[in-house]
This record gives sequence, structure tokens and C-alpha cells, in this order.
Amino acid sequence: MNNDNVYRQIYANPRFQELVAKRGRFAWVLSIIMLAAYFAFILVIAFDPKVLGIPLGPDTVTTWGIPAGLGLIFLAIALTGVYVHRANGEFDRITQEILNEAQQ
Amino acid sequence: MIARFLTAATLLAASPMLLAGEALTGEVQKQATNWTAIGMFVMFIIFTMGITKWAAKRNTSTADYYTAGGSITGFQNGLAIAGDYMSAASFLGISALVFTSGYDGLIYSIGFLVGWPLILFLMAERLRNLGKFTFSDVASYRLGQTQIRILSALGSLTVVAFYLIAQMVGAGKLIQLLFGLDYYVAVILVGVLMVCYVLFGGMLATTWVQIIKAVLLLSGATFMALMVMKGVNFDFGTLFSEAVKIHDKGEAIMSPGGLVTDPVSAISLGLALMFGTAGLPHILMRFFTVSDAKEARKSVFYATGFIGYFYILTFIIGFGAILLVSTNPEYKDATGAIIGGTNMVAIHLANAVGGNLFLGFISAVAFATILAVVAGLTLAGASAVSHDLYACVIKKGKAKEEDEMRVTKITTLTLGVVAILLGIAFEKQNIAFMVGLAFSIAASCNFPVLFLSMYWKNLTTRGALFGGALGLFTALLLTILSPTVWVQVLGNAQAIFPYSYPALFSVAVAFVGIWFFSITDKSKMASDERERFFPQFVRSQTGLGATGAVAH
Repeated sequence: MNNDNVYRQIYANPRFQELVAKRGRFAWVLSIIMLAAYFAFILVIAFDPKVLGIPLGPDTVTTWGIPAGLGLIFLAIALTGVYVHRANGEFDRITQEILNEAQQ
Repeated sequence: MIARFLTAATLLAASPMLLAGEALTGEVQKQATNWTAIGMFVMFIIFTMGITKWAAKRNTSTADYYTAGGSITGFQNGLAIAGDYMSAASFLGISALVFTSGYDGLIYSIGFLVGWPLILFLMAERLRNLGKFTFSDVASYRLGQTQIRILSALGSLTVVAFYLIAQMVGAGKLIQLLFGLDYYVAVILVGVLMVCYVLFGGMLATTWVQIIKAVLLLSGATFMALMVMKGVNFDFGTLFSEAVKIHDKGEAIMSPGGLVTDPVSAISLGLALMFGTAGLPHILMRFFTVSDAKEARKSVFYATGFIGYFYILTFIIGFGAILLVSTNPEYKDATGAIIGGTNMVAIHLANAVGGNLFLGFISAVAFATILAVVAGLTLAGASAVSHDLYACVIKKGKAKEEDEMRVTKITTLTLGVVAILLGIAFEKQNIAFMVGLAFSIAASCNFPVLFLSMYWKNLTTRGALFGGALGLFTALLLTILSPTVWVQVLGNAQAIFPYSYPALFSVAVAFVGIWFFSITDKSKMASDERERFFPQFVRSQTGLGATGAVAH
């Protein structure tokens, strides 16, 4: 099975380049959101943990740390959901079109 | 200023405990034999052995054996990944950490979750499109087969060995606690069962053991969390305010304590957890069990969901234990300490909310959990030896399938025996550093090589080999010189390397090493390897030519 020529042909296809750029950008943006959120959380804990110990209101013991922590968990789940939705829909459709084109 | 420095120093000394929860360390007392728990566990074994027998009939080729023939769906694989990742020690350890320090338990568990989105965004589909059985397939795709496979097999086996020892020792101690069985009996039982699953059932049986365990663990934990929430009328505010009233530390349990202190350790730990997860061989192997990149992506989404949900449950369970376990003299000994140690609070809570029958159920689930994790590790170790070292390095890719299978089975048996012996040898040792070390090596050797092989055109065999080996060596050396080993295991007064986690340094060493030895590589082989990046890139992006995909 010599796929090499097909690979070269696909690589030269501007639609492939566009797909790769678009999907790559999307993946990196989501990665940076996740990394920034997590390291911001960790660095707040390392430098100024009291911030997360501030109560949400005057008559509650629940602190800002709770929504921040749970928020990070939900953010992780939400971001993966967003990525899978777009990658399995839009991106895979374009991929399939590029592959079909290459078969001809 | 001095006072502040001293506080920082004491907190720093406490931080090695961070990954220790994973290993379930410390002294435990053997408990009375628990027949309900044993009965439920026997049921689990009979059921999973039935599955293994069914799986054994379907295992006719190496592809069946290593990857269940790519027949697992995204949802099933997501559950299996969760089952592979949520260890008994994390269930008991995190709820115990919440019980003793409150909020710190949440910080700890978040670290274990954040690697997953990154695996999805940056690795999952490329891995699936390029690999066949192991992650070395991907790392060595366009590089020197012999060198890179030896390196990544070495990386895999080191990670598997440390992780496995930690799990075996944890299993022995846990079973003493839960079932009242002897330590040796427990370790041998775990070893024999894990060999049975892997030897006869391969990936298919291992996957189903992990799925069943994940479902049992998630439903058990959900029930406990619901019962806790029912007690406070499903109001988190009440849960927290009641806990603050009861807990010795009062309001301090609602904010960060001594878990993460100095920025270097914090970032280093974050890197170890994130990149380490993306370099664990038994986790990476799971991506080859699904049919295509679409299913691979779905698996990470489901896995992230289940794991995140599980950590929220353990947080509630820890607070529930403050309300229901710490106030009940039934769960304490004469001195007022928790019977069996704080790692047992989730188990006591099971008794408090569901009686003795539910206690037996949760104990059996905890044991099943260990089995699922060690089975996955064994399979990853066996495939590194039989597929990477035997079939690809020794036989240069021309091994007969039945020979490769025979080597797998011999390796599985050997791993089982070695795991039992090491489990016994390390019974009284301080193994708190081992899971941390496994994550650090995965982050500093497996991950950089794998990641750059997919992302960086200029990577060459020489760069990957030197850089990866440097990363592995640095992680190992810095761990030995760190407080966790140098002071706590070897008994020296002062650590040579001041931080508990080497990842920040060893990952950097690996990346710089790979970069330097790649760009200075002017050989003919290197330019061929760079040339082969383009076809690899197209395949990684489109799945054209990927194993298990529709033939074109």
C-alpha cells in the first residue's frame, strides 16, 4: 500500500492546510484556557491563599474557593465537550471531503 | 520574615504527602474478617472471570489481545479510562484528605483532572491515527525503530514498575483493613487475579473489568454523596456550615491549607500531573482500543466527565464523613482516633449511610478498583516487552504472531510474580514517592518524545534518544536527591534537591536535550526522518492509512 503520493497530494491541498490551521488554532486556544485557569488557581494558592478563603457573603461559611474549584472541574468537562462537538462535526466533515477528493 | 520562612519550610516538608494519597501509605491495623465484603468480592470475581472466559474465546490475534480489535466504543472506553485512572487509593485518600483538611482535597483532585482536556486537544486523535498497539508505535513512526522502541519500552516499564509497586503495597494494606486478610494473602491474591485477567482475557477482559469497576465505584460513591446531601436537605451551605462547626480546624477547612506552598513546587507538581497523565503507558494504550479518532475524542470527553464527577463526589463524601463519622464514637478507638486510620473514613461513612451490607459493597468495590488498575498496568508492561522489544526490536518487525503472543504471556506471568515479590519486599518501606516518581518519569521521558514526534518536524532519532534518556535520568536523580527519598527514605538530615517534585526541571531538561541533539544532527538519517514528517503529519491529521479505519 503506497499512500505516499496521496499523502503528498493531500498535503498540497489548500483545504487541508486550512483545516489543519483551523483545528490547530482551536485546540491551542482551548489548551491555553485550561492551562491559564489551572495555573492561575495554583499560583493564587501558592502566593495568596487567603483570597480563596474569603466567604461568598456575610452569613455563609462557603468561600470563593468552592466555586473556583468546582468551576475548574466543570470548565475541564465543558471544554472537552466543546472540542469534541466541533471536531467530530465540522472538522471531520471537512476531513472526509478532503479524503474523498484525494481518492479521485 | 523569619516566622514566615519557617511556616513555608514546615509546609514544604508536608507537601510530599501530596502524591502519597495515591500510594496509600502508613501503618494500618488488620481488622476483623468481614464476611459480607468477602462474599460480595467473590461475586465480583466470579462475574469478571466469566467475562474473561468469554473474552479469551475472542482473542485470536495480537490485535485482539492488545487492543480488543479496536472494537470498544467511545463511551465504553471513556468508562474504562475512568476505571483505569480512579484508583482505590484516590477514592480513600482524597476523601481522607477532605476529612482532615477540607478544601485541600479539592485542590489535590483538580490536579489529576486538568491533564485530560490537554490530552484531548493535543494528542488523542493523532495518537489514534498513528498508533497500533502501544505509544511507542507513534513515537517511533518515522524514527529509528530500535533506539526509540528501546527508550520508550524502558520508559514504560519504569513507570509501570513504580506504579505497580505502589498499587500492590496499597492493595495489601487496604485488604488488611477491609477484609481482615493477611498482607501476604492479599498481595498474592491481587497478583494471581490480575495475571488471570490479562493472561487469558487480554485487553477485552481488562477493559470490561475496568468498566464494571467504574460503574460500581461511581454508583456506590453517588449513593453515599446523595445520602450525605439528603441529611443536609441538599443544601451545600448547610453541609459546609455544619462541617465548620464540628471540625477542629473550623473555618480553615474552607480555604487552602498547607498542600501547595511555594510556587516552584506548585508548578512542578502541576506539570508532573498534567504531562505525566499524558505519558502513562497504560492510559495511552487505551486510545488504540477504539475504531477511529472520532471515538478516541469521545472517550476523553466521557472520561473527563466521569473523573470530574467522581472528584466532586469524593469532596462531598469527605465533608459527609466530617458530619457523620467524626461525631460517632462507634468509628473511633479509645484514644478518639478513627479506627483503621483516616484513610478509612469513606468506608466508615458507607456503614453510617448504608449499614453493614453497603459497607461490604464499598469494600468489595475498593478491592475491585485495585484489580482494574493493576490489570491495565500489567497489560501495558507486557505489550512493551512483547510488542516493542521482542517483535519490533529483536525480530525487526518480522515476528510470527503466535511467537509474539507467547512472549506476551510469559511476560505477563513474569510481571505477576515480580509484582507479588516486590509487593512483599516493599511492605514496610516508605513508598510515598513512587506514584510521584512514576508521573515524573512519564512526564519527562515518554511525554516529550511522544509529543515532539507528532508536533516537531525537526525531531531526529538522536535527539529523541538523548533528550528522552536525559529526562528519565534527571527525573530519577532529582527524586532520589529530593526530601521524599533523600530524607524520608534514606534518613539524611538535609535534602540536596530542595523540591519534592522534579518535573519542572526534568521536563525542561528533556525538551532542551531533544531540541539540541536534534538540530545539531546533520546526518543523512536525520534528513530522511525530517522528510518522513510530512506523510506522518497528513496521516495524523486525517487518519488516512490508520489501523482499524475504513480501508481506502
